[in-house]
Amino acid sequence: MTAGPTERQTPPRVRIVLADLARERDARRRHGRTTAELAQQSPVGDALLRGLIRAQLAHALRLAAVVVVGLGGLPLLFAVAPTVAGARPLGIALPWLLLGVAAYPFLFAVGAAYVRFAERTEAEFTDLVERPTDER
Amino acid sequence: MSGNSFALPAVITVTLVTVAIGLYGLRVARTTSDFLVASRMVSPTWNAAAIGGEYLSAASFLGVAGLILKNGVDMLWYPVGFAAGYLALLLFVAGPLRRSGAFTLPDFCELRLSSRRLRKLAAAFVVFIGWLYLVPQMQGAGLTLQTVTGGPYALGAFIVAAVVTGNVALGGMRAITFVQAFQYWLKLTALSVPVLFLILHWQADGRPGLVAPEGSTFRAATTVQLDEATAFTLSEPIVLAVRGALDESSVDGTVTLAAGRHVAEPGTSVTFPAGSRVPAVAGASDGRAWFLPGAGSGGLFAAYSLILATFLGTMGLPHVLVRFYTNPDGAAARRTTLVVLGLVGTFYLFPTLYGVLGRVYAPQLVLTGDTDAVVLVLPSAMLGDTTTGHALGALVAAGAFAAFLSSASGLLTSVAGVLSTDVIGRGSVRDFRQAAILAGIVPLTMALVVSELDVSLVVGLAFAVAASSFCPLLVLGIWWRGLTALGAAAGVLAGGGAAACAVLLTVIGATGSGWTGALVKYPAAWTVPLAFAVMVGVSLATRRRVPQTVALTMLRLHAPDALRL
Repeated sequence: MTAGPTERQTPPRVRIVLADLARERDARRRHGRTTAELAQQSPVGDALLRGLIRAQLAHALRLAAVVVVGLGGLPLLFAVAPTVAGARPLGIALPWLLLGVAAYPFLFAVGAAYVRFAERTEAEFTDLVERPTDER
Repeated sequence: MSGNSFALPAVITVTLVTVAIGLYGLRVARTTSDFLVASRMVSPTWNAAAIGGEYLSAASFLGVAGLILKNGVDMLWYPVGFAAGYLALLLFVAGPLRRSGAFTLPDFCELRLSSRRLRKLAAAFVVFIGWLYLVPQMQGAGLTLQTVTGGPYALGAFIVAAVVTGNVALGGMRAITFVQAFQYWLKLTALSVPVLFLILHWQADGRPGLVAPEGSTFRAATTVQLDEATAFTLSEPIVLAVRGALDESSVDGTVTLAAGRHVAEPGTSVTFPAGSRVPAVAGASDGRAWFLPGAGSGGLFAAYSLILATFLGTMGLPHVLVRFYTNPDGAAARRTTLVVLGLVGTFYLFPTLYGVLGRVYAPQLVLTGDTDAVVLVLPSAMLGDTTTGHALGALVAAGAFAAFLSSASGLLTSVAGVLSTDVIGRGSVRDFRQAAILAGIVPLTMALVVSELDVSLVVGLAFAVAASSFCPLLVLGIWWRGLTALGAAAGVLAGGGAAACAVLLTVIGATGSGWTGALVKYPAAWTVPLAFAVMVGVSLATRRRVPQTVALTMLRLHAPDALRL
């Protein structure tokens, strides 16, 4: 089968998907200079990232300390002050009440607090990085 | 109990439903990605229920209540620690680990530290921990079938192994996500509904004292069949009906025993009159020691070791991490973990009630050593030979079977995943199927050989090994740029290796006594700090070998998902 001269000169077809174009345009608009600095790991980007990691780790450690004191202190407390272990609020012995029931809502509350902190930190970081460069 | 005609159908139904959902998954699972990570199409709610379903194993369903029945308030640290492990996972690991894109722990090692050797070492530990954790699941299945139907121990273990291996090999992860989400709700129902009836019965019974500091008593005349040689101590003289051999002489009839220590030979049956005190048995706590904290074996050291192992061990369990990859991004992984913490915490409110009620209504279990069966025995022990009693007993048995099936599925998937990608093949669907079969046969064999080990003891040891190997690796790997492959390997070998040795010594029963015994039996308190110290020390000494890519990896782990870098 021989192809005519006109057909041979046709350039290869390029598929254009409008959605892809829109996404690229959005990305270009969204990613300011700061985003580029993060991605290229410039000194500024590196300092920003270190700040983020330190902030997240500080949240995590602070909440872990709450659990270490709140729950981890109990065996010591019961050993040092046996009268506390013998107390019976609500008719249930205190150690049973604390470890059998109260520990679970406590753990959940600490977890919920961390999720809130972590999400807020990330949102602030994203805002900072994505702020258009000319506004600064 | 062997007269419960509902129990066997209930167990069979749970097994069949599991297989049916697995087959449905087989129709849906087409690609390797479907097999391993459910194509990441699992919604957070389903995923959280599946994680909960996978996590609540035989140790949670049967073991926790058994431990509380036997040793009292100090054992509450087990369920608290099992739940708190998810908090540690949430605080330090969940989000960054999901963003890393690692599917297994060996993947994470290679991605973060670019070392093939460390990858192999991690794979070896994943398989060791996975098998160690699979053994008690199969033991529990054997025990359940033996208790509710009177069938042989080996049969239950074999059924669970066969169903789970077949299901995992055929359906992969997509199938087990649905299976496990279903099984979480089944397990919660199977503990919470019967306990409501039991509490109502206890109310109607005139609320007998649950935590009598002077020790528990038999409420009705109770005949105890002792299958093994049993030593017990009486606090007061007692008149007993005995058939068998007691204190080296054979007895058949009524005898008066003096206060003090007595030994019954295997096969002896002893009938205690109503109102008599339950004799003390070595290894079980009694009276005030059961009721008040810190008086049990090991004291403060054991308590803190247990806390450290369970709080930090969860993040190192192989089947827990695999699940995080099915979340769409880091923020979703964090939210899923929080939901799991809620689901798991809700579940753990119930085993305590079984343990405490067992103290009143089934104290003979402490004497026979079958404390792990308390959840299964209690409905019929309290409600007697009634339809309600049988139905609730069947529900509990079905829940227990769901616990073994789901935990074993998750463990087997992760062990098989590691075996198929790092040991025997390249991770194709075919390799995965072969690996699943290999991964199932080994723990089944182990479960048939060692049937006497306490379910929760083995699980506690698996947590100790995970806490002293993978916990420092993950935490330092995610938060500290200075970690080197050499440091990580040295830390895993020192901490994890020491904990693994302690496990082997405990399993063969060579723990010794006094301080050295406590160090071997509760290793986490020294192996976890050791692993962290060695990892940091060796990393600092090999500072020049910090991977070149560390800044890029850190960016990937910690940059918010919204940036889409």
